[in-house]
Amino acid sequence: MEPVGGPGDDEWASAMRAAIAGDEGAYRRLLQDIGRVVRAMARGAFSRARVGDADIEDVVQETLLAIHLKRHTWDGGLKLAPWVHAIARHKIIDALRRRGVRRAEPIEDFEAVLAAPEAEDPHIRSDIERVMVKLAPRQRDIVTAISLEGQSIAATAQRLAMSEVAVRVALHRALKSLAAAWRSATQ
Amino acid sequence: MKTADLINSLAADPAPPQVHLGRRVLLALALGGAVSAFLFMAFIGPRNDIMTAMGTMRFDLKFVDTLAFLAPSTLLCVRLLRPDAQPGVLAALFLAPFALLGGAVLAEFALVPPDLWETRMIGSNAMHCLALIPLLSIPPLCALIAAMRAGAPQHPALSGALAGAAAAGIAATIYGTTCPDDSPLFVASWYPLATLIVAAAGALAGRRFLQW
Repeated sequence: MEPVGGPGDDEWASAMRAAIAGDEGAYRRLLQDIGRVVRAMARGAFSRARVGDADIEDVVQETLLAIHLKRHTWDGGLKLAPWVHAIARHKIIDALRRRGVRRAEPIEDFEAVLAAPEAEDPHIRSDIERVMVKLAPRQRDIVTAISLEGQSIAATAQRLAMSEVAVRVALHRALKSLAAAWRSATQ
Repeated sequence: MKTADLINSLAADPAPPQVHLGRRVLLALALGGAVSAFLFMAFIGPRNDIMTAMGTMRFDLKFVDTLAFLAPSTLLCVRLLRPDAQPGVLAALFLAPFALLGGAVLAEFALVPPDLWETRMIGSNAMHCLALIPLLSIPPLCALIAAMRAGAPQHPALSGALAGAAAAGIAATIYGTTCPDDSPLFVASWYPLATLIVAAAGALAGRRFLQW
C-alpha cells in the first residue's frame, strides 16, 4: 500500500476489510501506516501541551493495541480513518492526563497529520516490557518469541510443544491482558 | 519494545468474528428485560384491576412515557459505543418524555383541585417505586454493561449512565403495571428519581467496566 496521502480513508478501510478477512500482509502495512500517523498526532499534541516526547512510542503502541482489540466492532461499511482518529485521540488525551495536563489542546485535524506521517525511530522503545511482567510466563514467552524474535505461530508452537491453536489463543489472551495491564499500570 | 515488534504479534493474531454492537446491545436489553419481567411475574405481578386500569388515560400515559424514555436511551447508548460518535439529534429525543410528562402534569393541575395535588403526588407507595425500579433494573443493566464492553465509548461513565437509563426505562415499564398510582404528579415525582438512582449506578459501572 502507498504511504497514506490525501483523504486516504477508503484505502484504509479496504485494507482493514482485507485484514479482517485474514490478509496478514495488508494488516501489517495498515498498522504501520496508522502508526506513522498516530506518531505525528501524538508528537503534535505533546509539544503543544509542552510535555517531553519520551513516551510517544507508548501512545502509538497503546493505540495500535486498542485498534487491534476493537477491530471486530468496526462497522466495515464506514470509513476507517475517523474511527482510528477517535481512538488515537482518546489514548493521547489519556497519556496527557497521566502527565498532569488538565486540559489538552484540541488534537489537530487528521488531514494535517495524514499529510506528514512520521516514521518510527528504530532506537526508541516503548515501556510495554514493564507491563509484560504481569503476563503469565507462557504468554510472555509467546509474545516475546513472536514480537521480538519475529517467529511464526507454527515455529513457536513447535518450540513450546503446543498446538498452533493453543498458541493463537494464548497470544490473543496475552494481547488482551497486556492492554488491560497497561491501562491499569498507568492510571 | 519497538512498534514494529508489537506489530508482529498483532498481525499474527487473527480477527475474531465481527460483532454488531447495536444488535448485541438490543439483545442484552431484551434478555435482561425478560429476566426482570419473569422475576416480576413470579414474585409481584401486575395489580388486580389492571384490566380496568388499561382503559384509563392516566394509566396508559405511564407507558407512553416510559417507552418514550427507553427509546432514546437505548439508541444513544448504542451510538456512543463508537469512539467517533457524536450524540447529534438523538440527544434532542430525550426532550420528548420530559415534554410529555410536563404536559401531563399541567393537565393534571388543571383537572384536579389543588387540595388533592399533594395526595396525588405522594401517592400510596413511593418507596415501593424507589425500590422496585432500581431492583428490576439490575438484570438489564448487568446484561447491558457486559455487552457494551466490546465497544469503545469516548466517555465510559456517560455510556454507563445511558445503560442505566435504558435499564430503568425497561424496569419502569414493568413496574408501571403494578404501581397503583397513575397520576402524572406521582409519575413525575418518583419515576425520574428512581431512574436517576439507576443511571448513577450505571455511571459507576461504566467507569469501572467500560474503560478500554
